[in-house]
Amino acid sequence: MPPYDPPLIELKHVSKRFGKLVVLDDLSLSLNRGETTVVIGESGTGKSVMLKHIVGLIRPDEGEVWFDGQRIDQLPERDLVPIRKRMGFLFQMAALFDSLTVGENVAFPLTEHSKFDQAKIDEIASEKLRMVGLDGLQERRPGQISGGQKKRVALARAIALDPEVVFYDEPTTGLDPVRADVINELILKLKRELSVTSLVVTHDMVSAFKVGDRVVMLDRGKIIADHKPDWFKTCDDPRVRRFVDGKAGPEDLEALEND
Amino acid sequence: MKSIQQLGDFFIFSWQAFAAMFRGGFDRRNWRLLIPQLYEVGYRSLPVILITGAFVGMVIAVQAVEQFRAMGLEERMGTLVNLSVVRELGPVLAGIMLAGRIGGALTAELGTMNVTEQIDALRSMGVNPMRYLVAPRVLACTVLTPTLTFFADFTGAAGGWFVSVVVEGVPAGPYWDFTQQSVTNFDLYSGIFKSVFFGAALGLIACFCGFNCRPGASGVGKACTTSFVISFIAILAIDFVLAQILQDIQLSIYGFQPVL
Repeated sequence: MPPYDPPLIELKHVSKRFGKLVVLDDLSLSLNRGETTVVIGESGTGKSVMLKHIVGLIRPDEGEVWFDGQRIDQLPERDLVPIRKRMGFLFQMAALFDSLTVGENVAFPLTEHSKFDQAKIDEIASEKLRMVGLDGLQERRPGQISGGQKKRVALARAIALDPEVVFYDEPTTGLDPVRADVINELILKLKRELSVTSLVVTHDMVSAFKVGDRVVMLDRGKIIADHKPDWFKTCDDPRVRRFVDGKAGPEDLEALEND
Repeated sequence: MKSIQQLGDFFIFSWQAFAAMFRGGFDRRNWRLLIPQLYEVGYRSLPVILITGAFVGMVIAVQAVEQFRAMGLEERMGTLVNLSVVRELGPVLAGIMLAGRIGGALTAELGTMNVTEQIDALRSMGVNPMRYLVAPRVLACTVLTPTLTFFADFTGAAGGWFVSVVVEGVPAGPYWDFTQQSVTNFDLYSGIFKSVFFGAALGLIACFCGFNCRPGASGVGKACTTSFVISFIAILAIDFVLAQILQDIQLSIYGFQPVL
């Protein structure tokens, strides 16, 4: 028997409400080291909210969040810093700092958290930018580059501190299919070269099948499916089927008829 | 009910901002965050502050000169003009001008950062937005509002002099003599003292509104309006309370002094 390897990240019975709206409903999920888990589901089913719970940006109403054997959902912000340094977060809208150049954005986590001198920081920043294929754009402002480039810069920033786990919040949304595939390849490359644990939130099935070792489907704050990607290609649960095939459901069509 | 909760949130926010300011003030790396804010709040506000001050002084003089002349007291005009400027109108109008110029810009900047997840991004990278964003902005407002008020007082006095002496022909010698007799250091510094609080209030309110901004362009717009309106009222309310307190202090130290 292999030695017991606890999951890197664990959500235990997490519930979250915003006002009267239940976003996460007694959700439990654990992520294994080195694995890429993809979370799919319609917009508004709590995917991003779940992601933000793991980084401590949102606190659960009930339940627990564990990271590497430590409970983190009740830690004060200051004690979360060492944990957050081990995580990289790629935001849906890239969230680059407008006031800084591309180079400064990528160097930001290093400037804040490392003891390196400026030359070393610049060297690491351009190495990370080279990984996403954008070395040389250091002097540009975030407003001067395209949406796809922004996401790649944001990814370079997310991996600046060589995190153990990277969270991707809809990494391919809003990109053309070619750019989207560049991002997918990057996710695979990071896993290969840095052996990071990844959690990808998306509703892009092409991406989910390509990068996922395991796919979890959320619906109304609950997990309704948790399997290998291949299972989703053949499964016949109507809710899963509709999402995977990208078909509107009967109630959606009915709503259109009544207009 | 909601507004009481928000008031509570605001005080917690202010507390965290000051805590971050004192803790962060000892780390030299934080100082570089302050410099662009000082530039934006101080240097870039200077022109509008100078103009505001000048018009305040001029308009008081214009309004007062006929009344004083009718009573034959025009030589004592300087007392009214300069006392009004340094004690009340200089600090308050400089504060309100800054609430519009700086408060609006800060709320828009932080609000946009909030809705584009940049503040979440900071936190996710283990950087405290209170230290990184709020502390330098509030500190710049707190330090520079009184400094700018000095400038407003100066151009206010100059504007009053211009209208009274140059335009209306009030004799310059008595104008300044009476001013010197009646306007004390206490008057000047009580105005500056008040403006420290105006600056802190407008900085904190602007940052708070930005951090609690609702999504979208309309959310940012609304946050800016709210920020300005609340800062405006806060400045007037603080002015009222401090004017009362300072008046009592002045009376207990110097006794009642007729100024005219």
